[in-house]
Amino acid sequence: MATLIEYLELFWAFFTTNILGYGGGPATIPLVQHEVVEVYGWMTEYQFIEMLAAGNALPGPIATKMAGSVGFIVGNWLGVAVALVAAVVPSLILKILLMNFLLKHKDSPRVKRLSTYVKPTIAVLLGMIMIQNVTISFSNLGLIHTVILLAGSFYFLEKRKTHPSLVIGMALVYGGIVGAVSLF
Amino acid sequence: MRKYKDVTMAFLRAGVLGFGGGAVCLPLIQREAVNTYGWITDDEFGELVAISNTLPGPINTKLAGYIGYRVAGVVGATIAVCATIVPSVVMLVFLLEVLANVREHPIVAGMTGAIVPVVGMMMALMTWQILTSAAKEIKGVLVGVNVAVVAFLIAMFDLHPAIIVASTIVFALLKPEPKQKTLKEGVD
Repeated sequence: MATLIEYLELFWAFFTTNILGYGGGPATIPLVQHEVVEVYGWMTEYQFIEMLAAGNALPGPIATKMAGSVGFIVGNWLGVAVALVAAVVPSLILKILLMNFLLKHKDSPRVKRLSTYVKPTIAVLLGMIMIQNVTISFSNLGLIHTVILLAGSFYFLEKRKTHPSLVIGMALVYGGIVGAVSLF
Repeated sequence: MRKYKDVTMAFLRAGVLGFGGGAVCLPLIQREAVNTYGWITDDEFGELVAISNTLPGPINTKLAGYIGYRVAGVVGATIAVCATIVPSVVMLVFLLEVLANVREHPIVAGMTGAIVPVVGMMMALMTWQILTSAAKEIKGVLVGVNVAVVAFLIAMFDLHPAIIVASTIVFALLKPEPKQKTLKEGVD
């Protein structure tokens, strides 16, 4: 069972990452990873990547799926509730309170550039996770399978515009076959 | 009672069918809120999305919460948010628990291993998309410099990403707004 301090840390981690997460759920991924893996050590880097992978195979917003599954590891179902409230409620309250104000100022350059200015930083952070991702997969699956999966997913996602869940489904089949072959 | 049930159904459907993250969910939410239930108009929906982007946090839950609030107050907001996130969170928690028990099996290990580079590719594409959209909104050179500075700060000083994001937000808010010079000079 988690201690009160751990619940507070959990709340703080998801509160800060989501209140700074300009650009929607995916923009919070690198911020959440930093808190979860490096600051608090609730998950290893590999666990986090695996959680992201599994999360991407399921429907629903990624930010709350991350919060929920980290919350479960830290403090079971109560942890899930704490992390979800921290991730969702503050930005929602802001939205309900500020809606009319923002409607008036939606064309103000100050408001508009908020999300624009954060973009390069988010890109760097996402790019760093991507590199970790590929390095892990490289040491895990070896060069050949990693290259096949990268090239294949690029082809389907970018060139054929195949639905992401379908691409993940194909990767699951591919990985399952590779795993089954290794049995013999 | 009826409106609570409608809110629940609308956001359950949008949440459970929303494979592939926020961008996929938006049209689903739009279909429910505009076409199926007529809670808001198409224009209002577009405005809602635009304004949601100027606020931090996940976009789906902001939309769900706001629409739920408009339809049925605080209870409506709570229902809408729960319907959006609870099913997927519960599914993921169970999936990860099951995975933890069978992850040693070669077939399962092969399957989870194979998704990792696919997610890596999704992030690469997302990174590229964020960079190109930033380059459309501010000068490409500035984006490049910004990327280099951020990468340098993180690599050299291991600076906490939240600090970089927070200071960028403060900068965006404090920097003086460009005066309407360009407008006065008639440059469009």
